[in-house]
Amino acid sequence: MTAFADPQHPSACPACDAVPLAEQAAGKALTEARLMLAMPGIHCAACISGVERILRSEPGVRDARVNLTLRRASVEAGPDIDAEMLCAALNAAGYEAHQLDPGVLAATEIDARGRALLMRLAVAVFAMMNVMLLSVAVWSGAEGVTRDMMHWISAAIAIPAVLFCGQPFYASAFAALRGGRLNMDVPITLAIALAVGTSLYETMLSGEYAYFDAAIALCTFLLAGRYLDYRTRANARSAAQELAALEVPRALRLTGQGTETVAVVDLRPGDLVRVLPGGRIPVDGIVVEGNTELDRSIMTGETLPAAAAPGDKVNAGEANLTGPITVQVQAAGRDTELARIGDLVAVAEAGRSNYTSLADAAAKLYAPGVHIIAVLAALGWFAYTMDLRVALNIAAAVLIITCPCALGLAVPAVTTAASARLFRKGLLIKDGTALERLAEVDTVVFDKTGTLTDGAPEPLGLSELSADEAQVALALAEGTAHPLAKALANGLRQSGVVPAQLAELQEIAGFGVEAMWNGTPVRLGRAGWLEAKPVTTTATYLRIGTAAPKAIRFADQLREGAKELVEGLKAQGLRVVLLSGDVAPAVDAFAERLGIGDLVAEAKPDEKAAEVRRLTGGGARVLMVGDGMNDTAALAAAHVSISPASALEAARAASDMVLTGRNLLPVLDAMATAGKARSRIKENFTIASVYNLLALPLAVTGLCSPLIAALAMSASSLTVSLNALRLR
Amino acid sequence: MEILGLLIPISLLLGAAGLAAFWWMLRKGQFDDPEGDAHRILREDYDDKPK
Repeated sequence: MTAFADPQHPSACPACDAVPLAEQAAGKALTEARLMLAMPGIHCAACISGVERILRSEPGVRDARVNLTLRRASVEAGPDIDAEMLCAALNAAGYEAHQLDPGVLAATEIDARGRALLMRLAVAVFAMMNVMLLSVAVWSGAEGVTRDMMHWISAAIAIPAVLFCGQPFYASAFAALRGGRLNMDVPITLAIALAVGTSLYETMLSGEYAYFDAAIALCTFLLAGRYLDYRTRANARSAAQELAALEVPRALRLTGQGTETVAVVDLRPGDLVRVLPGGRIPVDGIVVEGNTELDRSIMTGETLPAAAAPGDKVNAGEANLTGPITVQVQAAGRDTELARIGDLVAVAEAGRSNYTSLADAAAKLYAPGVHIIAVLAALGWFAYTMDLRVALNIAAAVLIITCPCALGLAVPAVTTAASARLFRKGLLIKDGTALERLAEVDTVVFDKTGTLTDGAPEPLGLSELSADEAQVALALAEGTAHPLAKALANGLRQSGVVPAQLAELQEIAGFGVEAMWNGTPVRLGRAGWLEAKPVTTTATYLRIGTAAPKAIRFADQLREGAKELVEGLKAQGLRVVLLSGDVAPAVDAFAERLGIGDLVAEAKPDEKAAEVRRLTGGGARVLMVGDGMNDTAALAAAHVSISPASALEAARAASDMVLTGRNLLPVLDAMATAGKARSRIKENFTIASVYNLLALPLAVTGLCSPLIAALAMSASSLTVSLNALRLR
Repeated sequence: MEILGLLIPISLLLGAAGLAAFWWMLRKGQFDDPEGDAHRILREDYDDKPK
């Protein structure tokens, strides 16, 4: 790879040229816009340079910086620059880019909690290293005054450090105790308090053993686990926000003077809203003006566009294809059909069986067990020696030895490694337990439209058209922006057809295109308009003069990786089900293409969820893959769910994982990784328990010196982390 | 053993310097994009103007 020379910009840094100018413009420059772009496809050094070079060469852009870790670019630009232009420029150069709303992202950018946690971890590491070093002197046999001095210095470092670093644990333990519960943090807090307390007491009495090093080491390892856990969650959260930011719901409201752009939440029933071709209908309402065709696939899964004329009812979420229409608002926001599906999702989520993660299961066994053993050991020693000091020392040793450092690291270390691996492959994990659940899946349910299919449909049987028909069809198809017409035009162009000469070409929105060809009227459009007999699958119709109309059929285009994914899943012995809202013939034909045997067609949103529940009721662990509004309830009802990046925001919100690219194949990787992650987590629990079980008898019998405690703790934490790293 | 009176404060001081350096790096955002920085350092276009 070589560096890019930048012919348009003689200066190495356009931003530097811009700075003096910006400073001259003083106040104005400070209010400049900061744009954020999501760049899911970038992965290498050439991408960084390429993207930054393209962004900086756009006029008005002052500076651009790519963050490869977050797959984002932040752009500082003048107020007249909008993100769509930049995205278009990047897309043209082959980089996938989406606009992000910086307001939504502000929270993740500051990320104060993560930094605070990292700072605590740094202080803990610093204190641990110093206290350990001082302890070396004690362990190698320092006595008398020297040992006391070492202990006092250790105390001086460890006590403030423990107070500062352990705050997350104390707060959580306190909250749990106040709620009358026990969580992992209770034994942790007790162990730290007891260790520091007895050590201080021992030091005052010039005792032999002090556990300052153990107390601070405990803090360090636990904080490391907490930090990893936090980072995974924060990444997932910011990813979800990032996707939420992709959609900025706005509507064009008609006022007396013209139109104004308003947020959808500000619309009231009775308002008139203009929806342009290519736009999504923001509200439920009635068409009062204009004819068009609507793409309902997101709401129902139908691929065939539906006609809409004045008086017809339209729902929020449908896409307007051909003509501008004016819609009178009947319901907006929470009252729309879209929001009602959202309520279905809430019901489905509530009904989802309460999944107990492996970590929770371990904690439930662990926390009470530790307390009981510690108390029993202390009581036993007190009865035996009648010496409270010895009994407390033993209790502290037991709590330290059994403290769940390795347990605390066992899950976060694995999920961090696994999600980093899957992120590189193009899959975001939104939920901490999603991987564990994915590992249990035995049935995979797919939605059809938008999930297994993608982009423009393919025209079929073009060779059956005569040369004249093909030429006329091409000329007509190029007269409109309708997706079927565009697909047809593409297909014909590729087979080398030249468009015919047409006159008086005009588009009748909602119906089709008509024109005169050598004095004969020709039409391309809907079946009803041409008086043709409609076929069952997606099709458009062509009529030349008074000849019988001819149907041109379309097939869905498979999404990249769809075929391989279905084959791969079947090879693993998983049951694959196709669950679509589209009409039966289209679903049948599609299932045959992919070799899927189980299929359900014409399923409404609640029927989809019911089907998933029926499978679950039959003992299956269902993975649902879907993208539409009609899938959201099913996504929420499934054991685990995945949606593609192109899915509606509601669908992405309802699913546990989101694909970042177009390709479906990362789902296979995710299943393999999930299986591995689950076995790593179990291995880690075993390793941690073995260390604890080996050291516990020593602690109970009073043979455990601080040296053994420190060794056992560090060794188990390290083993667990290294085992998790094998997953990368 | 008197030397300990000198060595221990020195070692603590050095450790504290490391901690302060880490705090500074955290403030400066050096951990914001570790993956990108690893790639950037290998590219010639950042040689003249590292940022």
